[in-house]
Amino acid sequence: MSAIFEVRNLKRSFGGLAVTNDVSLSMAPGDRVALIGPNGAGKTTFVNLVTGNLKPDAGEVRIGGETVTNVDAIGRVRRGLVRSFQVTRLFQDMTPAEHVALAILQRDGRAGRLFGNFLAMSGVMAEVGSLLGKLGLRDLAHRPVREIAYGQQRLLEIAVALALKPRVLLLDEPAAGVPQSDTGRIEQALADLPDDLAVLMIEHDMDLVFRFAKRVIVLAAGTVIFDGSPADATKDPRVREAYLGSYADAGSAA
Amino acid sequence: MATMNEAATALAAGRRGLGRDLAGLAVILVLAAIGYLLFPNNLALLTRITAIALLVLSLDLVTGYCGVATLGHAALFGSGAYAAGIAAVHFGITDPLLMVAAGILGGALAGLACGIVILRAHGLPQLVLSIALIHLFHEFANKASSWTGGSDGLAGIAPDPLIGLFAFDLWGRTAYVFGVVLLAIVFVLLRLVVRSPFGMLCRGIKEDPIRIRAMGASPTIALLKMYVISGAVAGAGGALNAVSTQVVALDSLSFTLSAESLVMLVLGGTGSLFGALTGTIVFMFFEDLVSAANPFHWLTMVGALLIAVVLFTPKGLYGTVAAILARRRGAGR
Repeated sequence: MSAIFEVRNLKRSFGGLAVTNDVSLSMAPGDRVALIGPNGAGKTTFVNLVTGNLKPDAGEVRIGGETVTNVDAIGRVRRGLVRSFQVTRLFQDMTPAEHVALAILQRDGRAGRLFGNFLAMSGVMAEVGSLLGKLGLRDLAHRPVREIAYGQQRLLEIAVALALKPRVLLLDEPAAGVPQSDTGRIEQALADLPDDLAVLMIEHDMDLVFRFAKRVIVLAAGTVIFDGSPADATKDPRVREAYLGSYADAGSAA
Repeated sequence: MATMNEAATALAAGRRGLGRDLAGLAVILVLAAIGYLLFPNNLALLTRITAIALLVLSLDLVTGYCGVATLGHAALFGSGAYAAGIAAVHFGITDPLLMVAAGILGGALAGLACGIVILRAHGLPQLVLSIALIHLFHEFANKASSWTGGSDGLAGIAPDPLIGLFAFDLWGRTAYVFGVVLLAIVFVLLRLVVRSPFGMLCRGIKEDPIRIRAMGASPTIALLKMYVISGAVAGAGGALNAVSTQVVALDSLSFTLSAESLVMLVLGGTGSLFGALTGTIVFMFFEDLVSAANPFHWLTMVGALLIAVVLFTPKGLYGTVAAILARRRGAGR
């Protein structure tokens, strides 16, 4: 299948230090890719470069075959590249229904409307209900976000991202800060993501990575040192050295 | 079952919103009637309160709903006043409705200009830009005296009878009713706007513009749009002032008026149209009352009132009462 998301030879340095050094990757619709790497490997910079929040020194980003290197962050979202945040960024006084409705209205170009209440827009409310239902948030639809648990807020992050109908979804540590008891819900939500969506997940939790991803990209010191199946990643000596170390040892010992 | 509940909740929320719109409208009209009966000889003050209420509502749109810091909002009000006054004096447009239309247009244009400048910065620099703007507007109006009358004010505004029937009388009855109707219309329109998708977008921007960008919306464009709307509202207030007093003075474009409008908004409670109205009425009445009772120390008393309100009701008068009522309702559930 043709690539929906491509990064070619992306480079960015800060004061002579190459934080992203010649990174390339390509994803097709339906791909489930995990981007991993030790702290300081350049994951955050990479996310900022592809989402358009940071300008690369060199290289190219393409969405659906279109070069978007000079398109700003908002333009990239409108072209289907949507991200979630590592620390939830939600509106504390708004309800989950309002969050999802706002995303839907924005996607349809209706967020600038001066009149009309989304609660009375049956098409919007039906979609809000179905999305929140899928993520098990339906009962909380009309409660302010500050009153709901953090695990559910993480699910709402995913709901907001999905409401934008992305073609490429960048999940930045979707399970970060979620109590153990709630990670099952998050994993289920990840398993239920639309089949044709290309998902790039940045994650620290190796259990989650191995259950979710069909392909793992390992970043170390700004370069891609591995791109292949999760099983091969654990065997790769460079990956073991750079990052997995103790985890792989523990796995083989057990 | 779940869908039914949801539809019911949504419907209830919609009804509650509509109910509060009507309640707000009723409160405005009842207060206006009470004011008319209690102070038949002081309608000029009441009309001024409605004009200033429009300014404070307008400020609430950008400050309360969008989080923009400004101490120069009278620029929008004054532009509306001068637009209406200049239309009447220099172009012979003396129909009061057309004068208000001119004020709305002038205010909206000033809102666009101020928004373009102010929205380039955030926080303290934003505040400084707004102060610079109000001084520039003031100085411009002062220097362009052939159009504005400069420091003497723009006099000679003689509005036609309203819809050809009601002349603007010496007691200010027509002006008062005109002002109340204008305020009521604007209030209802703004209630719809703050609940609309656009209003929701602006609340989101106030809380987290980065989140809004990640949804693919441009915070700057949305805020600029709100600035234009805000300018139209403030402009209507300025025009009302020009029509009712038949003069436009330089102080309608002053830093003092800008700062006072912010004080009124904080007094009533930001981020609520009811708060904006409450703050205006309380401040203006208090000012009138204490300045008549004690012409030498009235500013001291206004200062003391403000300190008391900020210390004891940090959400403003309306905001605090609303919060207490909401907590009661929450506990009773």
